[in-house]
Amino acid sequence: MFVEDINGVAYGELTEIILESGETRHGTVIEVGEGLALVQVFEGTRGISTENVKVKFLAKGVEIGVAPDIVGRIFNGSGELIDGGPPLIPKKRLNIHGHPINPYARDYPDEFIQTGISAIDGMNPLVRGQKLPIFSGSGLPHSALAAQIARQAKVFKSNDGFAVVFAAIGITFDEADYFISEFKKTGAIERAVLFINLASDPSIERLSIPRMALTVAEYLAFELDMHVLVIMSDMSNYCEALKEISAARKEVPGRRGYPGYLYTDLSTIYERAGRIKGKRGSITQIPILTMPEDDKTHPIPDLTGYITEGQIILDRGFNSAEIYPPIDVLPSLSRLKDKGIGEGKTREDHADLLNQLYYAYARGKNAKEIAVVIGESALSPEDILFVNFSDRFENEFICQGRDVNRTVEDSLNLGWKLLSELPKKELKRVRPEYIEKYYQKVIK
Amino acid sequence: MKDGSIIKVSGPLILAKGLKGTKIYDLVYVGNAKLFGEVVEIRGSIYSIQVYEETEGTQPGELVYSTNEPFMAELGPGLIGSIFDGIQRPLPALRRESGDFMLKGSKLSPLDREKKYDFCPLVKIDDKVIPGDILGTVKESNLISHKIMVPFGINGTVVEISAVEATIDTTIVKIDSGTEVFSISMCQKWPIRQPRRVSKKMRPQEPLVTGQRVIDMFFPVVKGGTACVPGPFGSGKTVVQHQLAKWSDADIIVYIGCGERGNEMADVLLELPELKDPKSGESLMERTILIANTSNMPVAAREASISTGITIAEYYRDMGYSVAVMADSTSRWAEAMREMSGRLQEMPGDEGFPSYLGSRLAAFYERSGNVICIGSDKRKGSISIIGAVSPPGGDLSEPVTQETLRVVKVFWGLDDKLAYQRHFPAINWITSYSLYHDIVDEYAAINVSPNWKEIRRKAMELLKREADLEELIRFVGVDTLSDNDRLIMEVSRMIREDFLRQNAFDSIDTYTSLEKEHLILDLIIYYFHKANEALKSNVELGRIFQIPSRENIARSELIPEDRLFQFPDIKIEIKNEINELIS
Ligand SMILES: Nc1ncnc2c1ncn2[C@@H]1O[C@H](COP(=O)(O)OP(=O)(O)OP(=O)(O)O)[C@@H](O)[C@H]1O
Ligand SMILES: [Mg+2]
Repeated sequence: MFVEDINGVAYGELTEIILESGETRHGTVIEVGEGLALVQVFEGTRGISTENVKVKFLAKGVEIGVAPDIVGRIFNGSGELIDGGPPLIPKKRLNIHGHPINPYARDYPDEFIQTGISAIDGMNPLVRGQKLPIFSGSGLPHSALAAQIARQAKVFKSNDGFAVVFAAIGITFDEADYFISEFKKTGAIERAVLFINLASDPSIERLSIPRMALTVAEYLAFELDMHVLVIMSDMSNYCEALKEISAARKEVPGRRGYPGYLYTDLSTIYERAGRIKGKRGSITQIPILTMPEDDKTHPIPDLTGYITEGQIILDRGFNSAEIYPPIDVLPSLSRLKDKGIGEGKTREDHADLLNQLYYAYARGKNAKEIAVVIGESALSPEDILFVNFSDRFENEFICQGRDVNRTVEDSLNLGWKLLSELPKKELKRVRPEYIEKYYQKVIK
Repeated sequence: MKDGSIIKVSGPLILAKGLKGTKIYDLVYVGNAKLFGEVVEIRGSIYSIQVYEETEGTQPGELVYSTNEPFMAELGPGLIGSIFDGIQRPLPALRRESGDFMLKGSKLSPLDREKKYDFCPLVKIDDKVIPGDILGTVKESNLISHKIMVPFGINGTVVEISAVEATIDTTIVKIDSGTEVFSISMCQKWPIRQPRRVSKKMRPQEPLVTGQRVIDMFFPVVKGGTACVPGPFGSGKTVVQHQLAKWSDADIIVYIGCGERGNEMADVLLELPELKDPKSGESLMERTILIANTSNMPVAAREASISTGITIAEYYRDMGYSVAVMADSTSRWAEAMREMSGRLQEMPGDEGFPSYLGSRLAAFYERSGNVICIGSDKRKGSISIIGAVSPPGGDLSEPVTQETLRVVKVFWGLDDKLAYQRHFPAINWITSYSLYHDIVDEYAAINVSPNWKEIRRKAMELLKREADLEELIRFVGVDTLSDNDRLIMEVSRMIREDFLRQNAFDSIDTYTSLEKEHLILDLIIYYFHKANEALKSNVELGRIFQIPSRENIARSELIPEDRLFQFPDIKIEIKNEINELIS
């Protein structure tokens, strides 16, 4: 929307648009010239005529008010409380765009978070301050997995304050309700801040909702010393909203119609995870996104993967085979695991074991593919052992119930149990002393 | 030259008028916050300015101040061990000044202006000097002696020297050109968009030893050379770059984190000071300069980060050092260009990239090289550039990868299939290449072993043969393979598992010297030859595979560098064990 006859308007400024009907909408200035501003309207421009509309420039950017008692509250996509509770008296108002963390101020994430899920703890460990998305597809149980992580997440040797910030971005009422009732069931709702934009709500709000959520998360983490887990679902809806607006502005599109700056834009969300030197708190992000056509090379998962510190990928085949969580461990990755595991954190053999499990599983799956084409008889006796290993790995290690909460020790022992079915000389990725200690030893 | 005023703000692009006399690429300060900006286009009286900082809150009508100077890097003692953003603002000082988050409008001097350095002159009064001549040295770090050079454009006679502890702004030498007396301090400036001059470019002569087996042996890079490492996300580009920053045998490392993750920079900052240079035993931070313009920092500054980094590299090259530049990722740099180009409404080329993408990439890599520096002593210096490329969807046909491949001489293709199996570095040995084998073979024949080239070729031949056999197995199964083929498969597996694969996170495995690289591969090839002998004497294949020394070959990568004498013993074991099978 273009606004004429303006003066003293700044780039990024928040505006109030008062319609003839008295309805008020909000927007921000996305381009400003002499006497002319281009305003992006959050609630959409539908029904705005060119006459009898008043536009107020508020001389500030988009802000959200925060205070310690924000924990436990529920907001909508324009930052208004919708839980029917008392108004929040803000201690301060923060611009939702925040500022980039000075790279020199960052503290490297290295505290292991036990999620109770073997495919994560054993194979792709999560650490405090990491951004680890779930790449999912429509109909896959990403919500259940995220809720399970939120419920079970535990850090050894730590009693610091903990909070969950949840941003529902254009998801259905049912999905949002699932999270809310999960949080209620476990009492997590008391420690949660919720931002809700449903599929039926204005799509332009989807651009600010993750930023509001992260602004609150930064406040909780870096001013109130809390460890904050931020769950954002579904980031694909965010990207679609961005695409819509870019198209409306007639910008030159990048790949598959998404704006060329999608990477940079997403980074200003994802990079807001982390830890800061000298501060107790942290922000851990678990963004959820659905891959269009389950395609990992689609720009949304692709650019996300290029920014985040790994990814947990869900697999449709596993889901149909009733393997829960249906985590496809081979393309999944946690990049920050290396400093979060090992002696004093999880266990000394963790890194070696993890590498060995990866190798054995990949080899087994590969042999299985060959067997599918030319029959099992064509496999060498060793390959058959690996095929058996990979089957058991999927059914016993990856697969666990929605309520099963395994300690990391249990997950590692389970890994050893399965490896113990393979000949010792094949375990080249594990140091001899660990083979000595664990191979065919920890049988439970 | 006149100050102007803003007429339009659109993200990082600002249009201004009234800047009469200001030239393209001149540095300007924009608006009340005096944001850093650079003039990128002039159309009539309208000046397009790319702003290196967040422009939120800036209004039309605010003033734009001209400096009448292009954007320059500041060069002098104190660079080593620093971490800068893309426009050379020192991040530690910025944090002290404005806190943990990057606020805008902070102007900080790149170098410490208070610190005093002990200047040791190398010239005498009445010496004639030309540009590039070394006036004296300063101990900058435990590893680096910083050479103070006669700045470009100054010729004359030394008329005054003050050998004192001085700050970088103090005059330490005066040079009389006959018409003018120049006061020289320890600090000089150079426009980042302009390559620093050299006397002569030469063919590279020495390998850049990286300590990474697959690289040094199969796809080596040289001092003064260029390499690129493309791959989809998570395939190991950054780890390769970090490994090179840690272990490659250049004198100076310039690491440019261009549009990538904040935590990766934190990782480097945490690790480098702790790690010791394998040769000198000094901390690796003593030779390193970091540029960190992460993905969420302003894109115009990201665009500048590459030029800032390479200018600093050239400055140290001019002193006669070998410098290695890592740029992670050049794709993010290209995207920054695309973003600015889009805002300038330039005609988009392939995938929206500006049509000058190829020439900019080529110009960047062209700033590498093995050179004779300017200055009368004809010292040699070099810059090697290793650029990461992040192709969308891992598809190498996209413009940045393609334009890069046209100019670089080494291609390390990262393969997600290998990464999924956690075979790291996930450098695909079939598709990757290096055009520097001649140089490295020649060097290694003299400095490592005469049969370097021979075992390298033998090993690569086996790997290629393995790839063909694997294809075959997919159709007909392993049953049909001859014993000879099975042996090839087995030995290739050994090469992959025991040589190519290298764990960056293991304290011993992380670095392998050329000597040790050769010893490991030599063992494997030796085993292959002996096994062939045994096959010819009709020894059963299974027994050949099971000789006890196989275990020692597999573990040989973990033999420490100071115990390389163990290798000949393993070779003797192999020999004895196989001979026993034959007899
Ligand atoms: N040499 C290696 N040894 C052990 N692990 C490795 C090695 N190389 C890569 N990895 C593993 O792979 C992960 C991903 O590597 P890296 O971060 O370098 O990927 P990338 O190609 O830079 O991805 P992106 O493009 O998203 O930045 C690392 O976190 C590490 O776990
Ligand atoms: Mg990377």
